[in-house]
This record gives sequence, C-alpha cells and structure tokens, in this order.
Amino acid sequence: MQCDVCGKKKATVHLTEIVDEQMSEMHLCEDCAREKSVQMEQQFGLADLLAGLADFGKQVKDVESVKVKCSVCGLSYEDFRKVGRLGCSECYSSFRDQLSTLLKKIHGSSRHLGKQPIKMSAPIREKGDQLADLRNQLQEAIRLENFEKAAALRDKIHEFEKRGKV
Amino acid sequence: MSEWKSQAREFLPDYKTIIEGAKNPIGSLNMQLNDLIKQSGEWLKGTGPHANIVMSSRIRLARNLVRLPFPNKANKKNLFEIMGAIEATVQQINYLKNVMILHMGDLDNVDKQFLVERHLMSHEHVANTDGKSLIVSPEEVVSIMVNEEDHLRIQVMQSGFNLNETWRIINTIDDALAEKLEFAFQPDWGYLTACPTNTGTAMRGSVMLHLPALVMTKQINKVLAAIAKLSFASRGFYGEGTQATGNFFQISNQVSLGHSEEDIIQNINGLIRQIIEQEEQARQALLMQNRPMLEDKIWRSLGILKNAHIISSQETIELLSMVRLGVDVGLINNVSRVTINELFMMMQPAHLQKMEGKKLTSAERDSKRASLIREKLAPQKASQ
Repeated sequence: MQCDVCGKKKATVHLTEIVDEQMSEMHLCEDCAREKSVQMEQQFGLADLLAGLADFGKQVKDVESVKVKCSVCGLSYEDFRKVGRLGCSECYSSFRDQLSTLLKKIHGSSRHLGKQPIKMSAPIREKGDQLADLRNQLQEAIRLENFEKAAALRDKIHEFEKRGKV
Repeated sequence: MSEWKSQAREFLPDYKTIIEGAKNPIGSLNMQLNDLIKQSGEWLKGTGPHANIVMSSRIRLARNLVRLPFPNKANKKNLFEIMGAIEATVQQINYLKNVMILHMGDLDNVDKQFLVERHLMSHEHVANTDGKSLIVSPEEVVSIMVNEEDHLRIQVMQSGFNLNETWRIINTIDDALAEKLEFAFQPDWGYLTACPTNTGTAMRGSVMLHLPALVMTKQINKVLAAIAKLSFASRGFYGEGTQATGNFFQISNQVSLGHSEEDIIQNINGLIRQIIEQEEQARQALLMQNRPMLEDKIWRSLGILKNAHIISSQETIELLSMVRLGVDVGLINNVSRVTINELFMMMQPAHLQKMEGKKLTSAERDSKRASLIREKLAPQKASQ
C-alpha cells in the first residue's frame, strides 16, 4: 500500500480515528507520519490549520459526503475543505454531520452554552426549548440512575439533532 | 445564485425601510479621519487595572444576518445590501448615535493602514473593498467591521485589564443590534460564522500584555508553552499573523463553543492574573539581583530615543518597551506612560504620513520618526 500523503513510499503507519461514531483511516509512510505528528502538535494559528483538519483522513463510510452541496448557496463540502470558510448559515444544516465532527475536533464540544439573540424566529426558539427539555430529562434520569431511560433519551436527542433541521 | 436573489429580495423590504430612514452616512471624510489623529484612542490611556503590565483589553463578536450569504460567497449586490442594512441600523442605536462610518472604497491606502495601526480594523479588511465599511465610535471604544470575514465583527476596547467591563459594553451593543437585525443562530451550535473556529459564542476576548521582565529572564517560552497547552493563542502587537515585538503579547481564547461567554472571560482572567503575577515577580527579581544591568539598559534606551536622528520602527518599539519598563518600575519619573503609549501609536508608518499630510519614503519616515520622538521626550513636554 502506498502512502496517502506523498503517494510514493510504502505506507507503514496505519492510523484509525473514531470521532462521533465516524471512522476515518489513514495510511502513511514513516516520513509523512512524522510530519503529520509535528503538525498535530502545533497549536498556534488554528484557523490556518483548519483546512488541513477538515481534510484529515478519508471518511471511510461516506466518500460521497464531500460531494454534498449546500442547498442554498451551492457550496460543496469539498470547496469548504479547500478554503476553510462556509458560504452561508444554511451550510451548517447542509453539512451537519461533517461539521458536528469538525466542531468537536476544534472546540472539544459541539454544544453552545452561551447567549442567545433577543430576536429569534419561532421554529428556532421552539427547537431550542425542546432540546433543552430533553437534556434536562436526561440529566434527571442519570441522577436517578435510571440508565435504561437515559439511553433512550440520549438516542432521542441524537435523532432530534439530526432530523430537526431549522 | 438565482436562489440567493429570490431569498434576498424576499428579505429586503425590511431593510429598505431601514435604509430609507437613515441619513447619509458619509460626512466630510477627511475631517473625520484627521480628528482621529488628534486623539489618542481608548487603549492608549494607560489607565485601568494593572496598567503597568496590561495595555488593553478587547472583545470581539462575530455576527451574520440570516438568509444572506457570508461575505466570501456574496456577490457585489449582496455586499452593498448588507452594508446598507447594517449602517442604517447602527445609527438607530443609542449607544452608537455619533459613530463615524468609513467606506473602504473611499479611502486610500495610507488611510486604511492608519485605521489598522489604531487597532480599529484588521489587515484583511484592507483588500477587496466592495461593500466593506468600518464603523467607529467617537472615543474609539467601539468599532464594527462590516463584511470582513463575517457580516459584522463588533469590537470593544478598554484600557488596562478590564474584560468584565468590556463584555458589559459589547453585550449591550449586541443586544441592541439583535433587536433590529436577525442574526444567524442555531440553539445547539450558537452563532453561525463563516469559519467554524468561531462558531458558538463567536467571541474572542484578548488582552495585550507587556512582559519585558519575563523576556529578559528567559522565562517567556515557558509561559507561552503553557498558554498554548491551555488552548489560548498568543500573538504580537499587531494581531493575527504577527510576531511578538517590543515584548508585547496578545493573549486570547481559541475555543468558542461549549462554554458561555462569562466562563470564557473568567478563564482568560484567571490565566492573565497568573501571567501578571509572574511578570511582577520577574521585575522584582531583576531589580534585586540585576539592578545595574537593568538601569543601564533602561537609561541607554531613553538616551538613544532622545538623541537619535534616524530610527526604524523596529528599534523604536524595542527601546520604547525598555523606557516603559523604566516608568512602570519607578526608575524613570519624568516621562508619563501616556506619552510612551502615544509614541507606540504615532511612530507607525501611516500615522507619520497622516501627520505630515503626504506620502513619505522609508528613509523620510525614519528621520520624521526620530524628530517626533525627540520632540515628545524633550524635558518641557516630559514634565506634564
């Protein structure tokens, strides 16, 4: 097997990463692996590294996902990986799965805990209220050690986040 | 693209009425810019908590309007629509009544550089001027970049170590804007920004520190490594992509999702307090153990600044840093911190050219810079 990066030398390092149930694999030669690990250690200039980060490893499950286009502005996920900038706020819904993984990598979290705008459209506000309610129920179930209920609620939240496009 | 047009048209009526209700934003541009040069800017006051080490505190929020493409994907028409809507809204907000509105397309390169040097806008805001503007409050406390990477980049600056007050101001302004504009937001991911590194609170808090003693005692690398480990960023005096010069370091948060604004600010505050303490200790250690060396370095720096006839900006920054340290530890008593802060600003290329009222070559600037410094540090001025 050839190295994924240089495509010349034999791949001897095999990297498997699982983030958010998404598995990605990478096959590198020794030289490229060393270079990648140096890159990973650099913590400065996060924005500049972003394009590289989004590109990190092939999505084994869905190679097709890079071809997904935003239904509103027409930006493809592949374009985003090149420029590191999204085209419009709807891109966040169009690339929801990919961005969820990416946001976790960047921020260590994919859940907003800050302020909300005073003016929000009704569906967005409703969705937020429902999610908050489900999360409270989950906390309560964990507190009462009712893990069966907690697991069901967790799945419900996952489902809600996925399907509940705003 | 056609979809955008229909979306934008659908959304425009709201904006049209706002725009029509607004007065013509561009007054006499040159007069406004020349007013700026006479004042020294909020962050140069040299006041506020821990002003001996902390130069300024600043917070910026990124915001985007719903249903309109981000600036990098927007066409010319979109960009000017967005700009018009934001400018019209701003003038209806009490806090921002007397703002100056500068259209990038109306400014020459020196003017734009001048605004960058005053920390009112970024280098990125200089290029591709279509639909780009800068909104500045009279005391230069608030500035808003329109159509930089996001539709709005709101910034508030305060002198000294004062992120809490900075947050109070910017939060008020953000709320006032949000009453009139609908911002792109999702409950689970927060404010939606062009770059996912800003998603969430879309807030970056930063503090500008002067750390000469940590540099001289060679402890700065340890401090910077610790900052990076805690996922904070460290930049130079002139912001993103610049090297630290003159012992100035700008520390800011990297993470914007998963913590509230207040939590992020408390985290920065905690980190900054520790760095301040380390710098204080290093200064004391230098005074106790290496006083002759320190005094020599500081007084020599003042000597060169007072007597040089040709001086580069790099050399000026390094020497001013030493003089500032001399003032801050009480070795120099007849120069004020404000004078030094003003020199840090005024000795920059575009400022020199604005003062002179014409373009200057690099050699001309070096001699103009030297004469400005001699004049400012002359004894009769220094006693103020």
